[in-house]
Amino acid sequence: MRKITYGQAICEAIDEEMARDKSVIFLGEDIEVLGGNFRATPGLYEKYGGWRVRNTPISENSFTGLGLGAALTGLRPIVEIMFCDFMMLAGDQIVNQIAKIRYMSGGQARVPLTIRTTLGAGRSTAAQHSQSLQAIVCHIPGLKVVMPSSASEAKGLLKTAIRDDNPVVFFEHKMEYNKTYEVPEGEYIIPFGVANILKEGKDITIVGTSNQALKALQAAEELTKEGIDAEVIDPRTLVPLDKDTIIKSVKKTGRLLIVDEGYERCGVAGEIAMSILKDVFYHLNAPIERLTTANVPIPFSPALEFPLIPDEKKIYQRVKDMVLG
Amino acid sequence: MENKFNPIKDYNLSKEKLIKMYQDMLKIRYFENKITDLYSKGLMPGLAHLYIGEEAIAVGVCNNLTERDFATSTHRGHGHLIAQGCDLKRMMAEVLGKEDGYCRGKGGTMHIADFSKGILGANGIVGAGIPIATGSGYSAKVRGTDQVTVAFFGDAASNQGTFHESINMAAAWKLPVIYVCENNLYGISVDIRKVANTKDIATRALAYDIPGVVVDGNDVLEVYMVTKEAVERARRGEGPTLIEGKTYRWKGHHLGDPGRVYRLEKETKEWMARCPIKTYKERLLNENVATDKELVIIEKEIKQMVEEAANFAIKSPYPKEEEAFEDLFTEPEGVK
Repeated sequence: MRKITYGQAICEAIDEEMARDKSVIFLGEDIEVLGGNFRATPGLYEKYGGWRVRNTPISENSFTGLGLGAALTGLRPIVEIMFCDFMMLAGDQIVNQIAKIRYMSGGQARVPLTIRTTLGAGRSTAAQHSQSLQAIVCHIPGLKVVMPSSASEAKGLLKTAIRDDNPVVFFEHKMEYNKTYEVPEGEYIIPFGVANILKEGKDITIVGTSNQALKALQAAEELTKEGIDAEVIDPRTLVPLDKDTIIKSVKKTGRLLIVDEGYERCGVAGEIAMSILKDVFYHLNAPIERLTTANVPIPFSPALEFPLIPDEKKIYQRVKDMVLG
Repeated sequence: MENKFNPIKDYNLSKEKLIKMYQDMLKIRYFENKITDLYSKGLMPGLAHLYIGEEAIAVGVCNNLTERDFATSTHRGHGHLIAQGCDLKRMMAEVLGKEDGYCRGKGGTMHIADFSKGILGANGIVGAGIPIATGSGYSAKVRGTDQVTVAFFGDAASNQGTFHESINMAAAWKLPVIYVCENNLYGISVDIRKVANTKDIATRALAYDIPGVVVDGNDVLEVYMVTKEAVERARRGEGPTLIEGKTYRWKGHHLGDPGRVYRLEKETKEWMARCPIKTYKERLLNENVATDKELVIIEKEIKQMVEEAANFAIKSPYPKEEEAFEDLFTEPEGVK
């Protein structure tokens, strides 16, 4: 299979959807000649022109709201918010407007809007450019939340997001853009709410969000040397969440570790655990555990930053502790 | 404060148009008087932010729009919707939280929307409709239509970031948006003159190099004319305009606020003497546009219409409990 980068996969998804549907427009900071801060989408501006691909001023709340207004009146916008940390500037439009207008209007509004943003630490950019704020978005009813792992996943899920008639917040992991992955040729989409089992196993279930699913897979492969057979699940979307696949897996393995790069407190990992606990309680051989980022801002120095973020080594160790006791 | 009006004939408007604007203003006034009545009888839940005293702005503006155009409204939004021709029955049912309301009881007075008339929603967040209107304008540009969008907002919203961010974008891209600031002088209790240095909010247009116009917000014909020019500019692709209508809310911030402790009675009385409906009626009569008899009939008809809307709303059932789970996503079964 051909190999392309995660960034190229994102770009292909947008390009294909813009070619397919004239109502798709793309707005955000530095997306014209730069192709975005992470250089993920070069060439779209040259191809689709200034109205369909447009640089915005640094006015996150209003350009996100502009995306909503365009979505309500016949377009299918993709709004890029460079870092999810900056999404907080658009808090009113995302939380109070985009998520609610369909509901508050009694179903009159249709909001085909995709917000692309980035999460993740690892670039020594300190506490305002390194967060993983998916839990905040998941907390708000009315938004779908997507956390793709690899490039092929990102492409198929982004195309689904763009075609969805509801607001979708699409979290790309900023450490992935330049990594190369196998991605199928041609057009394909991946539906929301269907988790992906990356590896089957019988001793423990590891649920990993975003690229933590890939790190979990790496850890699981190492763990086979220890005689531990882990099942690895990528939920793909947090809203909707494919609880059934996780429940089925945990009933089989009797153990569950959830890995998510967000802060631990009120986080996605805790939510997944609680949302399935009742269904799996009598099948558990050990308490459910989570591996997340500690409840501190992400520090600048790599010496401080990396120890805080979940990775394959930490997953490996935690699983070993959970299974071997 | 004096009432200075130009002769009606100078506006060169048809009798039909002149009368329609009178009818529209009366509809708003009677509709909100009825809300006051229903509220005092305990039939209306929540808060009622009344537009009484400001009718000329909504009516003067919306009479320049078609149903293909768009508008975003505010927490004080009844007037905008009525002026845009929304159905009084469905509005009143929404105000009472009933099943037949525009939003099936999920929005209430502060969030009525009617997408069929281009009303993209009233809004409980001050200044939040401004970017949405701007996006609607952007959409018209991309789709290549001559639709315009009006963003209604108050004086207090002009101190929100969204006001500046949005007008900046609309100006940079010449978007067909008309920004209508209803300056009623107070954001809840705060006097705009004490929290802003700009005497006229319209002068803020200078910062974005677009036209900014101050208009007597209690003179429906002046509002109509300045909006007409702004709409024509927008349709010609010449970009946005900021219009500031000077006006006054007669009531408090909402029905639970008498609106007295932070305003002088003298000021309120002076503005009430400049009632946009009463003064317009006098002009219609004095300048022989309509007879007293004609206007009495109109008043009676509108009273009747509002009465019917109220009866419809009172009789409408409340939504069923399980409907709280509907309308969140387009999937009828919801999203897990």
